[in-house]
Amino acid sequence: MLDIFNYSFIVRGLEAGIIIAIIAPLIGIFLVLRRYSLIADTLAHVSLAGVAIGLLFKINPVITAIIASVLSSFGIERLRLSKKVYGESALAIFLSGSLASAVVILGLAHGFNVDLFSYLFGSIVTVKQSEVYTIAIVGLFVIATVFIFYKQLIYVTFDEDAAKISGIPTRFVNTLLILLSSLTVALAIPVIGVLLTSALIVIPVVTALQFKKSFKRTIIIAEIISIFSVIAGIFLSYYFNLATGGTIVLINLVIFCLVYLFLGL
Amino acid sequence: MHKVDHTKNIIEVKNVSFSYGDQQVLKDISLNIHQGDYLGIIGPNGGGKTTLLKIMLGLLKPSRGTVSMFGQDICCFKHWSKIGYVPQNAVRFDTSFPATVEEIVTMGLYGKKGLFGSLNNKDKDKIREVLEQVEMTPFRKRLIGDLSGGQQQRVFIARALVSDPEVLFLDEPTVGVDVKTQENFYALLNLLNVKYNLTFILVSHELDIVVQEATEVACINQTLVYHGAPKDFMKGDYLSKLYGKELKFIVHDH
Repeated sequence: MLDIFNYSFIVRGLEAGIIIAIIAPLIGIFLVLRRYSLIADTLAHVSLAGVAIGLLFKINPVITAIIASVLSSFGIERLRLSKKVYGESALAIFLSGSLASAVVILGLAHGFNVDLFSYLFGSIVTVKQSEVYTIAIVGLFVIATVFIFYKQLIYVTFDEDAAKISGIPTRFVNTLLILLSSLTVALAIPVIGVLLTSALIVIPVVTALQFKKSFKRTIIIAEIISIFSVIAGIFLSYYFNLATGGTIVLINLVIFCLVYLFLGL
Repeated sequence: MHKVDHTKNIIEVKNVSFSYGDQQVLKDISLNIHQGDYLGIIGPNGGGKTTLLKIMLGLLKPSRGTVSMFGQDICCFKHWSKIGYVPQNAVRFDTSFPATVEEIVTMGLYGKKGLFGSLNNKDKDKIREVLEQVEMTPFRKRLIGDLSGGQQQRVFIARALVSDPEVLFLDEPTVGVDVKTQENFYALLNLLNVKYNLTFILVSHELDIVVQEATEVACINQTLVYHGAPKDFMKGDYLSKLYGKELKFIVHDH
């Protein structure tokens, strides 16, 4: 049974997967409660453009994905705050725009190959050691930042006006949240893929919310679901030769359905 | 408890005007609020009373004029822990938000704590004390969404009180709350005003309550129509001018 650990790529996949599993709901809870769920999906598509640039110039694609995602997260926020464009439309513009850029850049690079497929749907086989290091370092940064700004993040999420009146710099906190989201999305892409990343950020949180517990407990439940689904997904995909990202998301969905049905009764 | 000086200006609103685009909402409003005042801001819907509250709190910038709080211009105001804010309940609150009463009251301390500060025993005592004050101790582990409207308002009062404010701003606090709960709510405000010398600024469309509860009334309908004692407001010809006959009837009915 444990022969799985003899393959270094599986170990790398697990390491990267578990870090992603920890940070995704930590950011997800703030995005879901602020009705920002869709931003995760947009940033994932933006990251694909970043990956394409990385592949074109032969730079670590996780790093170019992070840069693309962070830069456009500020662009989205600015467009939204200008009030000349609806928040949703701003997301749509960035989503389709970056997908278009990704396709064009990849065409320039070396056409559509296996590499691209693994970034679209995620693949633990292709997670490189250098990517594991990047994921670990940036992941730790995300976790530490959420812990430090937990107070500000929860207050701004619950009641932005009251938070501002209590002296919290709400604008800074909003920018911080969007920055952390873009980092999280960019990190998750090698493991779970552009098209499925937002699922890992959103579904464990939505599942945990069904339990109707305190904020802290909701986070803990979401973490348990997320970590379990990633580990189980990697094992199942290894033994049954399934696509890893898809397996992880499907496990998440099964848990959501069970919880929803069970608690609804 | 600090000594109250009823002549000391806490908030000074000077020549404030405000427009949304071409539409002027407030015109040349000047208003001083003294320590210990219980000011009710009333006026017809769309008359600009909530806009004025938002300007006082620095959430909106006036197109002309200035607001100062504790002698400091609102744009550079730093002592936010002196200010408590109780939002309009019915409109802007997500009842499925996963937070307990205790977690929400704790939020009231976050502004004071700064970035790295964590809660100490004194803070925890304070949280217990305000929960006791608003009689919500038995509900402290309950989710905010599971409470009745009146109970939720008590929680928001507790959140505002926990940072030991000197001034409390309330925006239509009893919208969607039944009459009995409303009475208890205003009894609590009265106690806080008289016993703890808190200054209140209450925005409400419920004229009868404001006239009964507040010690001063400011009536806003684009301009400051009246500012003074509630009883003189009732004697004057302001009501029919502002509202027509309909509301006058409700007021007399009470």
